[in-house]
Amino acid sequence: MGIGSDMYRQQILDHYKNPRNYGELEDADIEHVGENPMCGDTIKMFVRLDDDEETIEYVSFVGDGCAISQASASMLSNELQGRSLEAVRGMDRDDIIDMLGVELSPMRIKCAVLAEKVAQDGIKIHDGELDVEETTTE
Amino acid sequence: MSQQAETLDVERIREEFPILEREFDGTQLVYLDNAATTQTPEPVVETITDYYRNYNANVHRGIHQLSQEASIAYEEAHDRVAEFIGADGREEVIFTKNTTESMNLVAYAWGLNELGPGDEVVLTEMEHHASLVTWQQIAKRTGAECKYIPITDEGRLDMEAAKELVTDDTEMVSVVHVSNTLGTINPVSELADIAHDHDAYITVDAAQSVPNRPVDVTEIDADFLAFSGHKMAGPTGIGVLYGKQHILEEMEPYLYGGDMILKVTFEDSKWNELPWKYEAGTPIICQGIALAAACDYLDDIGMERIERHEAELAAYAYERLTEEDDVEVYGPPADDRGGLVAFNLEGVHAHDLSSILNDSAVAIRAGDHCTQPLHDVLGTAASARASFYIYNTKDEIDRLVEAVHDARQLFA
Ligand SMILES: Cc1ncc(COP(=O)(O)O)c(C=O)c1O
Repeated sequence: MGIGSDMYRQQILDHYKNPRNYGELEDADIEHVGENPMCGDTIKMFVRLDDDEETIEYVSFVGDGCAISQASASMLSNELQGRSLEAVRGMDRDDIIDMLGVELSPMRIKCAVLAEKVAQDGIKIHDGELDVEETTTE
Repeated sequence: MSQQAETLDVERIREEFPILEREFDGTQLVYLDNAATTQTPEPVVETITDYYRNYNANVHRGIHQLSQEASIAYEEAHDRVAEFIGADGREEVIFTKNTTESMNLVAYAWGLNELGPGDEVVLTEMEHHASLVTWQQIAKRTGAECKYIPITDEGRLDMEAAKELVTDDTEMVSVVHVSNTLGTINPVSELADIAHDHDAYITVDAAQSVPNRPVDVTEIDADFLAFSGHKMAGPTGIGVLYGKQHILEEMEPYLYGGDMILKVTFEDSKWNELPWKYEAGTPIICQGIALAAACDYLDDIGMERIERHEAELAAYAYERLTEEDDVEVYGPPADDRGGLVAFNLEGVHAHDLSSILNDSAVAIRAGDHCTQPLHDVLGTAASARASFYIYNTKDEIDRLVEAVHDARQLFA
């Protein structure tokens, strides 16, 4: 079997069918939505911070789209709990590919990294570095 | 004509397309992305090689033998394409890069000069971005307004609405002949009559019709008609804009430069004769000649036979897919559609479906097919699309359906 089947390992399908930390967060400190208009993938991330304003206490998300984008958001929401904002700012594509643990065809990488981009842009807005009106597009 | 002669000899046709023999991990390719690009048969590939091996030269300019040979072949390619679509002659056939550029040529050369506030351009909800975005932006620049003929629940144009929408304020009606998403075959000659009754022009996006059915611009009474070589067994990089001669004569050029002029002084220039007036700079020589070879190739098979073959495959695919309770198929019923079927499998995003189909070496398209507003109307962001051509078979559609079953199982 080719790349595609490998792309749909049990773990990814599981996160797609049973997304973790799914739902909106009323008291989020950071909240941001992004979309991939070509695919129609959308992801909205919610982040609540610790009192130190630097450590992530809880992350949730809501979204719609392909298995890769939604599983990636679900897994990322798990990964980010307890991390520092600084660590998230420094994440890149490879971190997501490692997290998913599958080989992605080039066309599908943009689906995979949407959640990370939404989280990072959310933090930028929180830092005052990005206009809130701007939606993240991968 | 005997029954035998009415069907395509697909086996023989396939021999002309070695690419179809490709295997991925031991599985033979099933190529069902023909609405995006068709494969290129050997005679067309040979035309391309022959050009570069034997008479590659610039056209219109040289007195030397090679340039003469290239010029004659390039100019005659216009005649061949004119004949293929029932145009009066080469004057009405402009070579462009693709359908998109042909649309832009009409929009810039005609639209930008002729449209203004109060004028209307009537499009359809099923327009490809090639015409939708183009007219939308030209309308913005000129103060004109775009209106869209809605689709019915079956995915056909609402012709009653069309008659209401086209008024004396309408300057241009721009419609897709065969929808690349719904497979709908639109009544373009009826729409041409409606447009002409209001002294409006009609532009037909024939990207999905010229490749697979007889299209006659005179019969349609189209003012402009656009299509792409790479969707009709020709190479990429070549498209066509047909335009009625008297309109092309009145219009201003879209691109300026060499070859499109007759006489130039420091103060002014005089335009070359048709169609060269619209082909500035060194044109797409080899691809233009190869497009003529593609016309020969398709005519040898017979456009009516190709049309029947596609209709048969589309009907079969439609029926096989609608047998599945969790598959939604878009567009008109099986007996009345062009050679493509767009669909969605419940619970599986079209991109996931396409990735899984790729595992079985089944190539389809997944996404919005450059019809985002139409997908909004359909209430989905994306769909999967299987599209057929002369070399496809029912067995290949069976492989598509099997792969859809695999996807369902994986996501169950
Ligand atoms: C109906 C229709 N119009 C226009 C186009 C654009 O063709 P091209 O990309 O060759 O310009 C396509 C194909 O992509 C199409 O299907």
